[in-house]
Amino acid sequence: MRESNVALNASTKPSVTSPSPTTDSNRHSLSLGALARGLLIYAAMALIIVVMVLPFLWMLSTSLKPQAYILDTTPDLIPNPLSLESYTQLRERIDLARVFFNSTFVAVVGTIGQVILSAMAGFAFARMSWHGRNVVFTLYLATLMIPAVVLIIPQFILVKSLGWVNTYPALIVPGLFSAFGTFLLRQALLTLPIDFEEAALIDGANPFTIFWRITLPLVQPAIATLVIFSFMGWWNAYLFPLFVARQESVMTLPVALAALQGGPRALTEWNMVMAGGILAILPILLVYLLAQRWFVAGVVSSGIKG
Amino acid sequence: MASLRGVNKYLWVGVFLLPSLVGLIVFTILPIVSSLWYSLHDWNLLSAPEWIGTGNYIELLNDPSFWTALRTTVLIIGLYLPLAFVMGLGLALFLNARVRGMVWVRTATFLPVVASWVVVSLIWKWLFNPQYGLINIALGAVGIEGPAWLFQPESAIVAMVITSLWKDVGYVALIYLGGLQTISPTYYEAAQIDGANRWQLLRRITLPLLTPTMFFIVITLLINYFQVFEQIYLMPMRDSAADRRVEVIVTEVVKNAFSYNRMGYASALSWVLFAIIFAITFLQLRLQKRWVYDEGV
Repeated sequence: MRESNVALNASTKPSVTSPSPTTDSNRHSLSLGALARGLLIYAAMALIIVVMVLPFLWMLSTSLKPQAYILDTTPDLIPNPLSLESYTQLRERIDLARVFFNSTFVAVVGTIGQVILSAMAGFAFARMSWHGRNVVFTLYLATLMIPAVVLIIPQFILVKSLGWVNTYPALIVPGLFSAFGTFLLRQALLTLPIDFEEAALIDGANPFTIFWRITLPLVQPAIATLVIFSFMGWWNAYLFPLFVARQESVMTLPVALAALQGGPRALTEWNMVMAGGILAILPILLVYLLAQRWFVAGVVSSGIKG
Repeated sequence: MASLRGVNKYLWVGVFLLPSLVGLIVFTILPIVSSLWYSLHDWNLLSAPEWIGTGNYIELLNDPSFWTALRTTVLIIGLYLPLAFVMGLGLALFLNARVRGMVWVRTATFLPVVASWVVVSLIWKWLFNPQYGLINIALGAVGIEGPAWLFQPESAIVAMVITSLWKDVGYVALIYLGGLQTISPTYYEAAQIDGANRWQLLRRITLPLLTPTMFFIVITLLINYFQVFEQIYLMPMRDSAADRRVEVIVTEVVKNAFSYNRMGYASALSWVLFAIIFAITFLQLRLQKRWVYDEGV
């Protein structure tokens, strides 16, 4: 695992590859050229931020405008008048509290379950030697090659035959068993010394105590990464929930949101759709901003590992 | 756990592994096997599955809508991949610069990565609205009459590719950044002592040493975009010329399975997609050995 040293020190580490206003300041420190380049870099930075953030701001802005004002061809980013009409409109259209609860429940239970199951299996693969271990591990890896779309039909039929359609288990259970999570935590464990665990075993601790008290705290960085990606996956899931949870009692936010678009010939009430988008995006943005470090580490490490 | 022995050891292996393994068998491996089995049957969920051998696969290869979906998928990849590859690299080199405030740029570029495809599709569907969308209003302000975007198949594909680039460029850049960090600074120091300029450093050190990352990115994006779904499913305007005219492989699978109840045929389609992805992965393994060094695990 590279997580620990990868938490993107890119911005703090001296770099010679990229343009920077300071690199060759020795030669012409106050020259016009250096100044112009500095300005150019800051302009580029501002431009990138605008391109990335403006669509979100526009969503927020649209959601705060009254229905009558969104079809205005001289658009204002700051809504005037400001209105929460879209949100009340949305509450009338869907059982917002219910849908929000469904999404949260599925994401939280799914994440906890997936991480615990992955950690336990990772422990069995990395810390115990047993007959057939390599064969079983290869089986795990092989499932990673199967695209999600191959699984959706048979999983749907399985869920249907179990009588789970429109229930929480349909949304949660098929996604709990993550070969990727198991792989991630096994790899993380393999890079860590086994000494503490061995010592505890000799002192008479049972494997479960060791797992809970020693191993889990040791792989905390990898767990954090898995929690983030797992939560993101659950919270944003669309394809499978679309077909197994069509009733509002169990419907999740992405499905409810996508269904808000106008039906045949009906005009879409964009202010309401954008209000729903804001609600759907807030929790995940919060998680991201709080745990950005682990998110970055996750992409970088899986990027390197392939 | 070297000190655990015999029955006791296997008991503990069972405790840790079985919850995950049994679940994986029931909810992943068994479905994979049954999907293969369905693909050899004609089945509409109502009557009993009827064995037709390779019938679905033969029908599929003679089905123009499969070839259209495949062509559209390849077209989208052809537009998206080179741009994502280059823009991601440019962004990564830029983000890697030692400039105060760059961390904000980084945070901003990853916002779309964490947002769901549903939300992103809806935001851009609104931005691409021909009359009231921000994009055509902006184009109008500089005297250009914007296209009908999501109402026409061709412009819809362009709009969906733009949306995809916006969502993914931060992700691609982040993988590049990981690659950039594995390059030892000593190379640059040595080259600078020898008088290399900035362009030479990029051309002779950064880019060559980044080839494993580039290779990884191309393969990953290829695999991801052969499975492109949400934006294609959600963005084209209903009842417009673009509606149901822009189909990719996954939307074909979904349509056949859940609109037409053709479970066998849809399963066969999904296995063709698997075959494509498998071929790419296989090619990757062969090529990687030849011209990319492996860092090992």
